[in-house]
Amino acid sequence: MKDLQTKATEIRKGIISTVYKQKQGHIGGPLSAADMLAVLYFHTMNVKPDQPDWENRDRFVLSKGHSGIALYVALALKGYFPYEELLTFDNLHSRLQAHPDMTKLPGIDMSTGSLGQGISAGVGMALAAKLQEKDYTTYVMIGDGESQEGQVWEAAAVAARYKLNNLVVMIDNNRLQQYGWKKEDMADRQAPEQSHAEKWEAFGWKVVTIDGHNLEEIATGLKQVKNAENKQPIAIIANTIKGKGVSFMEGNFQWHSKVPTESEYHLAISELEEVLS
Amino acid sequence: MTVSTKSMRDVFGEELAKLSLEDKRVVALDGDLGNSTRLSFVEKANPSSFLQMGIAEQNLVGVAAGLATCGMIPWACSFTAFITRRAFDQLVVSVDQPKLNVKLVGSYSGLLTSNTGKTHHSFEDIALMTSLPNMIVLSPGDAKEVQRIMRAMNNYHGPAYLRLSRDEGLDFLDDTDEEFIIGKAKWLKRGKNDVACLSTGAMSPRVKIALARLEAEGISITHVHFPTLKPLDEKAIIELASSYKHLITVEEHYVRHGFGSLINEVTSSVQPVKTTRIGIQNEYSECGGNEELLAKHGLSPEKLEIKIREIVEGD
Repeated sequence: MKDLQTKATEIRKGIISTVYKQKQGHIGGPLSAADMLAVLYFHTMNVKPDQPDWENRDRFVLSKGHSGIALYVALALKGYFPYEELLTFDNLHSRLQAHPDMTKLPGIDMSTGSLGQGISAGVGMALAAKLQEKDYTTYVMIGDGESQEGQVWEAAAVAARYKLNNLVVMIDNNRLQQYGWKKEDMADRQAPEQSHAEKWEAFGWKVVTIDGHNLEEIATGLKQVKNAENKQPIAIIANTIKGKGVSFMEGNFQWHSKVPTESEYHLAISELEEVLS
Repeated sequence: MTVSTKSMRDVFGEELAKLSLEDKRVVALDGDLGNSTRLSFVEKANPSSFLQMGIAEQNLVGVAAGLATCGMIPWACSFTAFITRRAFDQLVVSVDQPKLNVKLVGSYSGLLTSNTGKTHHSFEDIALMTSLPNMIVLSPGDAKEVQRIMRAMNNYHGPAYLRLSRDEGLDFLDDTDEEFIIGKAKWLKRGKNDVACLSTGAMSPRVKIALARLEAEGISITHVHFPTLKPLDEKAIIELASSYKHLITVEEHYVRHGFGSLINEVTSSVQPVKTTRIGIQNEYSECGGNEELLAKHGLSPEKLEIKIREIVEGD
């Protein structure tokens, strides 16, 4: 777990450094997803970075595509492309588009960026595995705000109907979105209660609720899924904190997509390095 | 020319059933309209290749995209109005931009949707689908052409859209087993007049009837059928624009941003030529029988005959 902690922190440092140096990109959502990406790419998923199109690989779809920078850092650390290429993020002609583009960057299993769409592609990948009798698993990460898109529930219904027990949807439940709802009795524009667990259960999914920043809980949850003797797709409700890892970014919707100042950048990096030491 | 023994949708269902048996990569995705679109034929012939997606077109298109990333050839089918309009962002983001090998089928295109009216008519799909950079767009004129086009679509790697009519049409093309060539227009007749007619889809056989009647009156008009709307046969268009004084385009779609507009996009930059675009004007339609609706919008053979004669006599 210590190694995974290091990877998660390296992913966070990569997110903050890239957004700071490139002066663009999202930051709060990528930070809330960092621990799950560390576990997926450095513990759970069966992938070959030197053979990104390997047909039996586990698939990953970042349906919350605006967190692409977090995925790019994980892929760079895994060896899909040189780490230095992160400094092309969001530039003209870059393979690292603001939102993932499968036609440009090897290792991206699906182009995303318009919310609600990646989960449907994940259903298609899981269906393909059944039709082709392959035993890979498809992992999809969606945001809790993204769950407001109707397409998410269209996909949820079909996945349960086809008993896609090879499909795992992780809900990065950081409870903040770009702007959100203002309500007197709620702190900082949190989304209204969305009853995620009840909804996914009602749609016929097996639901596992975890702390999305507890690496052991993430790893155990995903491992249980791989061994599950059930006929349901799996929804992992991962309770997370937007901006996780940097004290002044945590739980503040204004860090959805904001570039840190020089002093904020140094402060953020020093906080993360404390975790490493 | 004879009335088809089979409708486009029947031939579509039969051919897709055959393709699914011949090619294990082929799967059919239904949006709960299989008994109308004839995807039911696939379910009957090859149940394992039929996937019911329910009444949810956005997910239907996204699932097709996911299947395509894994080497399957998904044929995603619904009524044209739903698969193109309702799922358009999904077509852009999940299918066309990533150039995925998804075959999209709009059944019940244009006006000929069996008394269903405004919600089920589709007069925008040519505009929408030809706007997508990686999409090819096919608009067959009769049932036999549907069969040949489907073979070509399945062999083509990339996103493709097929615009189908619902009902029995008219077999107007000569029998041929020739492989369909994507992007090639079909010269049906070379007339003596300096006016030429260009048509697509289910309008082509109706234009052919109108022109045969005019021929009997001594008005001999060239006719070219365009079964591919993207990529367009620019060579044929330039030849038409260079050889004729006036072009007439006929389509069962809005004239604005439709087939005629696509033709003019080519002619305006290469060889400007006066063009009259016949099709649906700036309005919504209503319920009615096929022939009633065609007549209302000036697209029945009788109305086409009158309009084309007017144009020829007015020139």
